[in-house]
Amino acid sequence: MPLNFTAARPDPALLDLPWRLPLEDWPQERLAALPRGISRHVVRFVKLSGRVLAVKEIKGDLALGEYNMLRLLNRLDQPAVEPSAVVDGRLTKSGEPLDACLITRHLQFSLPYRALFSQSLRADTAARLIDALAVLLVRLHLAGFWWGDVSLSNTLFRRDAGAFAAYLVDAETGRLYQKLSDGQREHDLDIARVNIAGELMDLEAGELLPVGTDPVETANQIMTRYADLWKALTGLERFDTGDRWRVDERIRTLNELGFDIDELAITTDFDGTTIAIQPKVVDAGHHSRRLLRLTGLDVEENQARRLLNDLDAFRAAADRQNDDEEIVAHDWLSRIYEPITRSVPRQMAAKLEPAELFHEVLEHRWYLAERAQHDIPIEDAIADYVASVLPSKPDERSVLGVDTVELPVIAGPDVS
Amino acid sequence: MRGTALYNGSSGTFLPVKEGNDAMATVRFDNATRLYPGNDKPSVDRLNIDVADGEFLVLVGPSGCGKSTSLRMLAGLEEVNAGKIWIGDRDVTNLSPKDRDVAMVFQNYALYPHMTVADNMGFALKIAGVDKGEIRKRVEEAAKILDLAPYLERKPKALSGGQRQRVAMGRAIVRSPQVFLMDEPLSNLDAKLRVQTRTQIASLQRRLGVTTVYVTHDQIEAMTMGDRVALLKDGVLMQCDTPRSMYDHPNNVFVAGFIGSPAMNLLDVEQVDGGVAVGGNKVPVERAILSGSSGKQVTLGVRPEDLDVVAEGDGIPVEIDVVEELGADAYIYGTAKAATHTEADEDSTEKPFIARVDGRRPPEKGSTIYLAPKAGHLHLFDSASGQRLGG
Repeated sequence: MPLNFTAARPDPALLDLPWRLPLEDWPQERLAALPRGISRHVVRFVKLSGRVLAVKEIKGDLALGEYNMLRLLNRLDQPAVEPSAVVDGRLTKSGEPLDACLITRHLQFSLPYRALFSQSLRADTAARLIDALAVLLVRLHLAGFWWGDVSLSNTLFRRDAGAFAAYLVDAETGRLYQKLSDGQREHDLDIARVNIAGELMDLEAGELLPVGTDPVETANQIMTRYADLWKALTGLERFDTGDRWRVDERIRTLNELGFDIDELAITTDFDGTTIAIQPKVVDAGHHSRRLLRLTGLDVEENQARRLLNDLDAFRAAADRQNDDEEIVAHDWLSRIYEPITRSVPRQMAAKLEPAELFHEVLEHRWYLAERAQHDIPIEDAIADYVASVLPSKPDERSVLGVDTVELPVIAGPDVS
Repeated sequence: MRGTALYNGSSGTFLPVKEGNDAMATVRFDNATRLYPGNDKPSVDRLNIDVADGEFLVLVGPSGCGKSTSLRMLAGLEEVNAGKIWIGDRDVTNLSPKDRDVAMVFQNYALYPHMTVADNMGFALKIAGVDKGEIRKRVEEAAKILDLAPYLERKPKALSGGQRQRVAMGRAIVRSPQVFLMDEPLSNLDAKLRVQTRTQIASLQRRLGVTTVYVTHDQIEAMTMGDRVALLKDGVLMQCDTPRSMYDHPNNVFVAGFIGSPAMNLLDVEQVDGGVAVGGNKVPVERAILSGSSGKQVTLGVRPEDLDVVAEGDGIPVEIDVVEELGADAYIYGTAKAATHTEADEDSTEKPFIARVDGRRPPEKGSTIYLAPKAGHLHLFDSASGQRLGG
């Protein structure tokens, strides 16, 4: 039976991979790194045409289902890994059928949670990861996606100006509905809570969790973080007709949380003394969309917020409040942002994404200024940062996981 | 949470039994209906099934038949638009998933590498706030049932694939839910492990005696595992019966064709005096059976193993394309010349036909043989409604 490739933009180099071998037996020289992470399936990372791809061995119908689901999530502008292809119809050299492979593109500068915990990090790392996961879950639920296997290991994290942005990696159990019921959302949250607690308990058993972090308590934070955000984004608010400023207030609050209101339902009661408002359609990415429009930079939400603040400061410092915003943004980009991010030596370029580096330099400048008790030009800050801080940072462009044991469920000799 | 008591089983092993004061964990779909917004046809249409306490019920059917949706309605993951769902004497139709005391098995296979087998099995209880002594007790009980007792302090890395699989089962068992729900739990296992696990789940379920509802698209899985099997099509229950009855007395053509492998031969034939006409020959059928049919045409069904080779001029003529010899038996794959029509439309009446014959005297490829249904093994269906005729 011939191999069957399903791909949106097929890369001919895919044909050269050793599809007749079980994924487990792929030769070392093909692999970008040893795969890690808790997985039900065999997963390998390969380098192909200058990119890193994740290859997962899985039943054909499941592979195609997940491929289509990931494509759908991408089209819905949800943070999920990008599917690349499904390869089916695999046979070994002796003609034995092999499971299909789902291929996804590796998300650059993303970090598996285990990699984060193996670096000695701030004590609140777990909490920040859970914040990011709560935002991801709310976004997916707003889009009608029931995940079914919410966990830290099914998520990748990107640094986002001191916080994290979460991406869905595994959509195998997911289903897309027109709208989720409360029962479905609750169930997803319950799965999340149990999985996260289990994962943190495992880190604790492996002595990777910072001392004093309680796995169950930390995992429970997903419930409150999620509930708060869900309420802020979708809750019904009622007030007197005179308090119409509260409509603007609600929009501002949502903007601050990083969301835009696309559709707001406003109703009045019979005699018109009270107004009720409820956001009907909200979109994530308030700041990142604005930054993209102004500068063409495509970055995470908190990074965008940070960059926009710097842009505003630039505008005020240059006394250009009356100039066209786009023109000022263009000047900021060419005079500040690009020179700073380009001044990183090539050999250190794989350590941090440009936007995250810019955020770090701004932090560093603040720290230098506080120590010197006067303003520090950003040019000095970047020079000091590259000399004293950046060299000790790990390369994070292609972190594929560390220090975990993969436990695929495979046929064993014992039968009882 | 409810505990389990130990009792000395007949085989000398300790088996958990339910405590006397436990409510009966029956499950009842009472006209349960799910209609998705925007659809004009329900995905599950007035489903009525009573699952007995301790029973293993399998929901089976082709993709899109509503079996998963039914299970998810029971789990509380799908809204029930009409009708009710009962667990024991509780109406759970509007309860949230976590208040239903059901456990989805195999939701998550992942084992945590740094944790011991015992912790891997009991961690969900810890999250639920169950006290340590109770967790230990339940984990030890489950380990005994799963033959994992010697491994409780080991790391999962030291276990074989099958043992890891059982740890995953142990996670659901320690929760001692009223009902286990399983949605295609074997679908992503390789073939060998699938068969092993199938046997394990079925025997485990019998030992535990926990009411179980299991979803699969695989009729072999359904027939080998279930106490009863419920076959759905397009959201409608076709038949709910023991595997034996499903096989011997399919209610309609769909059940007849779905259950059994290789599938039942189904031929559209015409009634003649005292029977039905097949390829110029008459297959005798009792008049009482045919009297229930709505038209002249009926559908004849006969399983491949229920046929005898007879002399030319009798039975169903079958032209043989392939002979598959399996030692004692041989399967013949051929074409039945079904009806006695004019030559012009003879092609349209040729139907693929499978028969099991004596392996020591297999017929030759290309020849035509005549096959008569064994007495009592002929199935007849109304061609218009598809419903079974006679008993």
